[in-house]
Amino acid sequence: MKRTKQSAVNFVMFRLPALSVNEGVARAAVAAFCAQLAPTAVELSDVKCAVSEAVTNCVVHAYHEHAGLFTVTVLLFEDRRVRIAVRDRGCGIADVKKAREPLFTTDAAGERSGMGFTVMESFMDKLSVRSAVGRGTLVVMEKQFGSGGKRT
Amino acid sequence: MIHTDYRWEIRERDGLLVVRLFGEIDHHNAVRLRGDVDDLLLGKRPRRLVFDLAHVDFMDSAGMGFLMGRCRLMQELGGVMAVQAPTPRVLKMLRLCGMERFMEIETDRKEAKK
Repeated sequence: MKRTKQSAVNFVMFRLPALSVNEGVARAAVAAFCAQLAPTAVELSDVKCAVSEAVTNCVVHAYHEHAGLFTVTVLLFEDRRVRIAVRDRGCGIADVKKAREPLFTTDAAGERSGMGFTVMESFMDKLSVRSAVGRGTLVVMEKQFGSGGKRT
Repeated sequence: MIHTDYRWEIRERDGLLVVRLFGEIDHHNAVRLRGDVDDLLLGKRPRRLVFDLAHVDFMDSAGMGFLMGRCRLMQELGGVMAVQAPTPRVLKMLRLCGMERFMEIETDRKEAKK
């Protein structure tokens, strides 16, 4: 992802145990923080979905439903852009390109839709996924609130 | 508001079972809801199952996985499944995940009752 030189006007960082109950906690916290950029209801809903997908990946895949920690960082920029990073120190993804394909899942028996990264990609403007097996995964997403954003 | 809970109500008539869901259907809630709904389906064995999504505030891809799983179970039981009255945000997710290939999506509540 192209680095911007613009500095954030506000940010928050929080760390939670990778428990499924924290999927709702994380998306609500991110949505509450983003509210200061006055997004539309649709934009906020898109962000909540994307965060929910990233955090669910931490809970289900990174730590296989065993407790670990994930960190969420939200940066807000002057031009009404939000950047959200979700990082875990879990098992990592062997083939990120494959994992990002629609409908791909490593857990067909678990009723996974395989659409997590597709949702993040569709509902946000930018998505980057960096991962190393045994070391964890970093997902960074950006969305521009207002007219500059990608319409879905 | 942090609202991670859900609840549901059922109505049934002549082989039709309508399950009205309330709240947020994410991975956390889908895991719990799955067990409850499957017990219900195996007990009642409806010919047609309809999930009323009018009061679902949030649904992510785990919610889509939940719907697909119930659709598969209904097929195994020889019935059909539909969803009705999704909010525009939930409808966006249903369409992104191509759910119309697996189940009827009725945007109007009356249509799905037929």
